[in-house]
Amino acid sequence: MDNLLPQIESIFRDVFDNSRLNVTPETTARDVPGWDSLTNVNLIFAMEREFKIKFALGEIQELNNVGEMVLLIQKKMERAAK
Amino acid sequence: MSLEPESQKWKLPEDLGFPISAENILRRRQALKRELLKQANLLRTRIAILGGSTTAEIKSMLELFLLAQGIQPTFYESAYNAYFEEAVFENSDLSAFKPEIVLVHTTWQNVVRFPEVLEPEAEVAQLIRGEMDRFKMIWEKIHAGLGAVVIQNNFDFPSLRPLGNLEASALFSRLRFLQSLNAEFAGYASDHSWLLINDIMYLSAQVGLSEWFDFNYWYNYHMAVSPLAAVAVGRNVASIVKSIYGKSKKCLVLDLDNTLWGGVIGDDGLQNLILGRDHPVGEAFSNFQRYVKDLQRRGVLLAVCSKNDLENAKEGFSHPDIVLKLEDFSAFKANWKPKHENIREIASDLNIGLDSIVFVDDNPAERAFVSAQLPEVAVPNVGSDVSLFAQILEHEGYFEPIIVASDDLNRTAYYNLNSQRDADQARFQNHGEFLASLEMNANIGPFVPIYLERITQLINKSNQFNLTTRRFTGAEVEAVSRDPRYVTLYGRLRDKFGDNGIVSVIIGSVREAALEIDLWLMSCRVLKREMEFAMFDALVEECLERGIRTITGVYIPSKKNNMVAEHYPSLGFSRVPDTSDDRTLWQYQIVQPYHAKTQYIRRNLQETSLAAST
Repeated sequence: MDNLLPQIESIFRDVFDNSRLNVTPETTARDVPGWDSLTNVNLIFAMEREFKIKFALGEIQELNNVGEMVLLIQKKMERAAK
Repeated sequence: MSLEPESQKWKLPEDLGFPISAENILRRRQALKRELLKQANLLRTRIAILGGSTTAEIKSMLELFLLAQGIQPTFYESAYNAYFEEAVFENSDLSAFKPEIVLVHTTWQNVVRFPEVLEPEAEVAQLIRGEMDRFKMIWEKIHAGLGAVVIQNNFDFPSLRPLGNLEASALFSRLRFLQSLNAEFAGYASDHSWLLINDIMYLSAQVGLSEWFDFNYWYNYHMAVSPLAAVAVGRNVASIVKSIYGKSKKCLVLDLDNTLWGGVIGDDGLQNLILGRDHPVGEAFSNFQRYVKDLQRRGVLLAVCSKNDLENAKEGFSHPDIVLKLEDFSAFKANWKPKHENIREIASDLNIGLDSIVFVDDNPAERAFVSAQLPEVAVPNVGSDVSLFAQILEHEGYFEPIIVASDDLNRTAYYNLNSQRDADQARFQNHGEFLASLEMNANIGPFVPIYLERITQLINKSNQFNLTTRRFTGAEVEAVSRDPRYVTLYGRLRDKFGDNGIVSVIIGSVREAALEIDLWLMSCRVLKREMEFAMFDALVEECLERGIRTITGVYIPSKKNNMVAEHYPSLGFSRVPDTSDDRTLWQYQIVQPYHAKTQYIRRNLQETSLAAST
């Protein structure tokens, strides 16, 4: 969990153009001002590129917070490494 | 929008210059927009986007790339997939918005009905007419009701091929249907100057279909093109819009040596230029000339700006494989003046603004200097590989045309006027500042075995900066390097752009406590950079070590070396009277303490013959 969070925070800071944004496993869309469908798209795209993974159809809708996203990404990276 | 003081002049963020990373742009979209909005004097425009799918990313990217062109858009966005209704039916919101430009963002998925398998030809034709009628309704309603320019997507390649390769030939295939529609769109645009095609068929091929369309982004967000594709679309549409507002460039100013042909005409001579199909690099130069010629044919002005004697520069155009001719150029500046002065003259001669000019030169030092002195001139970083020049020019979209009119074709005229013009405030206050910025350093020392081949090559091909034009064979060079009665020096120059390699050679013979310079040459590529001074300082050092105080030099004029007629006096040599009329003799007395002439080139520690490496 911990080793992906800094990278994810960096992505959030870029996408939201806020160098002071703090992202924790509990962070949800409601916590970040300006989180709309376009920033959502750009977040997803940036994560797919940063971690070299693809989200499958339907996976993103099931995520409730950043922590769950980190777990999902980690799972995908492990699968890819095998 | 405040005006920035000269010293903090706004610069385009690096992410938006060639080569762009779509990923970076998408990720840093908000910060880039913030930076772009700091520009002064943005041109305002109103653009309506009528979409057949989600248009948020298209709008976002279009905004960024328009700002990068100095244009600030206000947008109207149609409701989701309501492009037809919003264009054709009564629409007070759209009318009140008064768009100057309407972008119709449709893709192949917006076709109402494709032919069925084995549907007869007549019915396929009927379907095509149906689609065309639909789109014509949209275009004509916009044109009549809003008076706006319409930018219409043509159709992209679908990523799936249910008919496999038969998509390419079967009359009822989706692909042939889309190709027919694209041909119809093209015909209509050709007949109606207010309709411009956004060529997403080309873009989808260029981006590559596996990147162009992403099923997840379609199903989750109904984005008909991926975020990556949206970057390409945004950039392409911005290029069209900027040309609508007259911001396309008018003139391409070209260097000659190693830009239009391989080699240096002044040194290598006409027969040794690399041009033409017999040589891979030659073919690349010929193709670049062909590309430039195509630009000229449709109205782009061409000019030459080369550091060469005029006769030498013109001679290059009599090469058998030359594609561009002298008459293709509207201005031709070949001389030894700094290029920015020549470019100012070109702008004045052709009566165009500096901001209409694109300058292409393979030499990064020339590019840096012109760019600093003339910030309005576009100076793309074309690198030094000719095979990429055209791609890089296209990427920037400098010469995007909206229309090719017969007037455009008559714009080229060949003339060469001299005009005086007031100089603008120079970015570099003097040549010295520029030289300092190059961070030059040199290795200068006696000939070493590993460089003998290159030294011999230079001796035999240098013609312009060559005091005596004496030639030495490889064996003679080797003999001289081992003979204590000779002083030999090679000079290798590096700067912040890279290694220029060995650029200068001196050979002198010791005669009765004086050193006679038999040979002094230098590559023209490093003229006016003080390399002559650095070589002279090293020569003086060598002399002092041998207890020699007198240096003599002879200048033997040739057809090509007129530029060095005053070389010795410029170093402080005095003329020695001589009865022969085919040469001039010069002499220099070393006075101690000797003050080095070089200010801007740092001498590196000597490479020993063992340690010397290429």
